[in-house]
Amino acid sequence: MTTQQAPVRRKPQPPTAVPPRATRRRTEEETGRPVWEEEPSFFGRLSKPVVLGLVVLIVAFPLYVVVVTSLSSTEAVTRAGGLVIVPRELTVAAYVQLLSGGVVTRALMISTLITVIGTFLSLAITVLAAYGLSRPGSLFHRPLLFVVLLTFLFGPGIIPSYLVVNALGLIDSYSSLILPTAVSAFNLIVMRSFFMGIPGELIDSARIDGAGEFAVLTRIVMPLSRAVVAVVGLFYAVGYWNAFFNALLYINDNNKWPLQMVLRTYIVQASPLPTGAGGISSVGLGLDPAPTLAIKMAIVVIAIVPVLVIYPFIQKHFTKGVIIGAVKG
Amino acid sequence: MTTVGSSLRRKPGRARRFQSERVKPGGASWQHRLRRDWPLLLMTLPVIVLLGVFHYFPTLGNVIAFQDYSPYDGIRGSEFIGFANFHRMFAEPAFWSALWNTLAITAFQLVFYFPVPIFLALLLNSVLSVRIRTLVQGVVYLPHFFSWVLVVSLFQQMIGGAGLLAQSLRSHGFEAADLMTRPDSFIVLVTAQAIWKDAGWGMIVFLAALSTINPALYEAAAADGANRWRRMWHITLPGLRPVIVLLLILRLGDALTVGFEQFILQRSAVGGGAAEVLDTYVYYQGLLVGDFGYGAAAGLLKGLVGLVLVLAANRFAHLIGEQGVYSRS
Repeated sequence: MTTQQAPVRRKPQPPTAVPPRATRRRTEEETGRPVWEEEPSFFGRLSKPVVLGLVVLIVAFPLYVVVVTSLSSTEAVTRAGGLVIVPRELTVAAYVQLLSGGVVTRALMISTLITVIGTFLSLAITVLAAYGLSRPGSLFHRPLLFVVLLTFLFGPGIIPSYLVVNALGLIDSYSSLILPTAVSAFNLIVMRSFFMGIPGELIDSARIDGAGEFAVLTRIVMPLSRAVVAVVGLFYAVGYWNAFFNALLYINDNNKWPLQMVLRTYIVQASPLPTGAGGISSVGLGLDPAPTLAIKMAIVVIAIVPVLVIYPFIQKHFTKGVIIGAVKG
Repeated sequence: MTTVGSSLRRKPGRARRFQSERVKPGGASWQHRLRRDWPLLLMTLPVIVLLGVFHYFPTLGNVIAFQDYSPYDGIRGSEFIGFANFHRMFAEPAFWSALWNTLAITAFQLVFYFPVPIFLALLLNSVLSVRIRTLVQGVVYLPHFFSWVLVVSLFQQMIGGAGLLAQSLRSHGFEAADLMTRPDSFIVLVTAQAIWKDAGWGMIVFLAALSTINPALYEAAAADGANRWRRMWHITLPGLRPVIVLLLILRLGDALTVGFEQFILQRSAVGGGAAEVLDTYVYYQGLLVGDFGYGAAAGLLKGLVGLVLVLAANRFAHLIGEQGVYSRS
């Protein structure tokens, strides 16, 4: 791997002496490479795209196969002997079947509802508390911040948490999927760090104009914090959408299962879907005893799609949001 | 902590207090500060209440670790049995096996998982085209937002007994093993899953640290004749050192936690011998077997040892001159 090279000649050459393109060192404008940096060796130039391409492929390939299989007809799946790589005879039959009522439709609705309500609630209380704790010199802000930070150090444990949720009568209720995880101390600290970075002069000037704390938050702080609100919102939304452990602990009635539980039962454990007492059965789903691979993969895709849809909108804010949390938090 | 910002917050009519507080920070009476700051306290209230109910209150519930707890008698009615649950635990081979699995997985992942995001970040940072960089980042961050159910499902479809790998091996006349159910290679499997899901995302912190390194350092080093590798060794790696130490410490402090969902999902397929970690042990013993006090004892021990580890790791970071996580600012 030694790529010892001669020091770069830095003396600019007169324009008339520009050698033919093949041997001329390309300029900074052409490559983005600083003038003082050596040109990469042949090996380096070759290996980088290969490794990066491989990394991207490892992430993207399984997703591609799953999507293609979910869109394939039963015959195409049979011919491929399982998962389909080359798309042929594409059909959305699996999705139509899944989304026309039944276990998956219901689970999808439950997950969507929990995600929307939960994200809204979490975001609201996180913004409020982050602002409430971000004003320098306010009463009790240090002990309250300590109460938040301490949750990083020590978790209550699975069993006591279960007992509390049980004692509150939340077993088998949808609020058990929202309330216990409604506050993330990490998200709160990220947001608070961001709020503290807002220039105090802006806030003071609003106050001189007669704005109260709430008006300052909604009119000054929030409009300046769209990036961090978007990222924290994504974190919460993804958390609710992906939550599986809460449902495993607190939801016994399989008619109330969110999508991840259905996914787990159906794909990971490969058990038949629950035929609950609530009138939902695999007959209602229109499934034969051995449902097709396309249907299984369609469930996987349904669980991925919401993440894929929100992701591009939030992606550009990642570095800002996460770095503040990671470096300052 | 009283800055200009907070003292300017005073309403015009209270100019005298304003003066006195500026001279003596924090000198304002708490009644006065309460009158001033109650909206902030009100904003913080929902978060504090939720943390109280679902974090601190359950933490108190850990007293059942010292009880022969029965759900019918409740905490007040159950008999205190001192450390009997702990004595039983230490005599239990299954507990030591779960502890051993946890530590083995932590150690294995420190060696094979921890460096991956650093390598990825270094590689990506050396890519000159912004477009390619953004594209690769967008793809490799994505799996972080998938649920563990989804990740395990995807792995199953790729390398499981009926997965793509086995399918193509069989069609070429080879024998195919189900890599998802082998206990002896389980540690490799969970590490591969963790890398697939989170290594890309883990890169983000290192990329941020890389972007803070002054480019003039590289130019100066290059002018002094340092080649690519020497520049990496003498500039890049020292620039990354604080972040690497920080994350290493965080991981060591969290040595007893290797993730819950990932293991609970695969425990039945692989068997408790290889896939039982401390968290799943607590869950199985406490909630599924119904031995609440015993499960809580295991959970409490894990929490306490984890707390000591985090604090010790942080102290160590301060000792070797790094910033650590919980600094006093």
